[in-house]
Amino acid sequence: MNFMSVALAAAVVGVVGILAGILLGIASEKFKVKVDEKEIKIRELLPGNNCGGCGYPGCDGLAAAIAKGEAKANGCPVGGDTVANQIAEIVGGDTSSEKKVACVKCIGNCEKAKDSYEYVGPMDCRLAANAPGGGPKGCSHGCLGFGSCKSVCQFGAITIKDGIALIDKDKCKSCGLCVSACPRHIIEMIPYEAPVIVECNSKDFGKEVKAVCQAGCIGCGICQKNCPAEAIKVENNLAVIDYEKCTGCGTCKEKCPVKIIK
Amino acid sequence: MSFTFKGGIHPYEGKELTMDKEVIEYLPKGDMVFPLSQHIGAPAKPVVKKGDRVLVGQLIAEAGGFVSANIHSSVSGTVKVIEPRLTSSGSKVNSIVIENDGKYESVEFVPNNTPVGELKKEEILEAIKAAGVVGMGGAGFPTNVKLSPKNADEIDTIIINASECEPYLTSDYRRLMEEADKVIEGLRIALRLFDGAKGIIAVEDNKPKAIKLLQEKLKDDPDIKVNKMKTKYPEGAERQLIYANTKRYINCKMLPADVGCIVHNVDTAYAICEAVREGKPLIDRIVTVSGDAIQNPCNFLVRTGTNFAELIEAAGGFKSEPEKIIAGGPMMGKAVYQTDIPITKGASAILCMTKDEVAENEPGACIRCGRCVSVCPGRVMPNALADCVEHNDIEGFLEGNGMECCECGCCSYICPAKRHLTQTIAGTRKLVLASKKK
Repeated sequence: MNFMSVALAAAVVGVVGILAGILLGIASEKFKVKVDEKEIKIRELLPGNNCGGCGYPGCDGLAAAIAKGEAKANGCPVGGDTVANQIAEIVGGDTSSEKKVACVKCIGNCEKAKDSYEYVGPMDCRLAANAPGGGPKGCSHGCLGFGSCKSVCQFGAITIKDGIALIDKDKCKSCGLCVSACPRHIIEMIPYEAPVIVECNSKDFGKEVKAVCQAGCIGCGICQKNCPAEAIKVENNLAVIDYEKCTGCGTCKEKCPVKIIK
Repeated sequence: MSFTFKGGIHPYEGKELTMDKEVIEYLPKGDMVFPLSQHIGAPAKPVVKKGDRVLVGQLIAEAGGFVSANIHSSVSGTVKVIEPRLTSSGSKVNSIVIENDGKYESVEFVPNNTPVGELKKEEILEAIKAAGVVGMGGAGFPTNVKLSPKNADEIDTIIINASECEPYLTSDYRRLMEEADKVIEGLRIALRLFDGAKGIIAVEDNKPKAIKLLQEKLKDDPDIKVNKMKTKYPEGAERQLIYANTKRYINCKMLPADVGCIVHNVDTAYAICEAVREGKPLIDRIVTVSGDAIQNPCNFLVRTGTNFAELIEAAGGFKSEPEKIIAGGPMMGKAVYQTDIPITKGASAILCMTKDEVAENEPGACIRCGRCVSVCPGRVMPNALADCVEHNDIEGFLEGNGMECCECGCCSYICPAKRHLTQTIAGTRKLVLASKKK
């Protein structure tokens, strides 16, 4: 064994290693990608469902937007106050947010609302809305019950019972995906604490509503006349509550002749 | 050799029920309903009000925009009310309701006997517009708009679609057999609008009598050809028809005019002739009333606005309880859930079936046989598109060229697992189109 050749080989490898090391060191400094440290921290705090409820492309998108100051600290509807407070510690800013939940404004189930015909086709509200009359349901504003909202909900908060979507208030993270999935636009975001809810979305005249559903708003206006806080109004034959004014006295609930205010 | 395209199916034709029966004129008795939206584009604006007396052929609603059409009364009587009424699409549309007095007093139509070569182009378009002529194959695109494309000098072919590939329907065939001269005249008038354009009348080879008749009448005309098409569904779909006759492709983003073609239905050509030659507005059409639940299937010459129920009664009523009633052909028509709806300009048929074959079969899982792919005339993969829709993957749907679907129904017809392919794809197409509009 020639000692010299071994030493030479070791020396060559060693020198190449040192040179490569120096080059890499320079390159890592020169071509450094700057990542906002805030963004990484915020991303760690976000829930990671990538639901898109904030309006940004997933949690990464929202984290970048908050770090840049384009979105507010309470931008994540799923994380709620806890996450918002933690993020606020990093970026500062307002965190107060009122908790909202999705609410299905229809109680016309199989028993109360009639179908005008037997529907055969894909079991999806968005596709069924192309069937004659916008779906088999007699009322053209009511819940179709094929569960498009259920299929987009990532939190298992929606169930279909008797042909009507029901939302579990406590499981709902108010991401708002169901609101945009509903072809009939009957899901609305309301305050978690809302004392009364109008459970109908029909803008038809009273006579037409009566003909197709026993649980529909007939636009009689009794609730509007009796509300002491002037918080309820009938617009387009449908009662609408202004939650800013509502005191939760429950007068409308008692007076409603068709019992659709709950 | 007959002209054809790739794909397509051969469903039971059912045309023998009504094919050889002469058209019967039906005079309505009940109230007439004229929906203000019987065409593609803006709804028409009413020009009459409650209590007005109107005559046959009187303008009751004028075009509400450039892409829109006039609507005329088809009876004499008084305007009862203007309110939303149910139409064959299943939704309520604002409509003029006229109480029919049964006298059929008519306004005077001004005939025009100028030879075709001397008719002015503006004069023709004006007459067609005034008469409220729309495409009568079902879509209802205003004919005067179709006949004034941006690239008018590039139009070299006008095709009259007489293939009538939908099963059961024979209204176009009867029109050809009984009024061939007027259909040809209508085509000649349309050709007058485009210098150097040639005409084609495309007839499926299951109508040999019509082909013979047309060839006889057109043997001395070098400008109009009669093309024998292979009998196959959907031979009469616009894109397939253009490809079969001219070997030119169009996709969903193009109009027939982009490849120098204009396609008209037989009844539309007839209406063009009536409008220009006799000054008569579009107030009647031939409607096939057929199906195995009808006592006496036949073709009626019907005034627009006539009630479906009245027409079914005129065909002898139901032989047995119908399971399904379809407005239009069985492949692309719409099922209706009430018969208290009016005949519109685009209503080609009322079909009453004793069996609902679609509802009888539960849809199963895809067995990957590929039959839907082989029959699809739009050359897309219906099975893959439906999978995309089921997984809320709209991007995948668009990547798979889902928008190329013409909603002909071949995939649903052929699917051994009875999947609701056409409904799924057609519904998603509408969603995509609606989201683009926003």
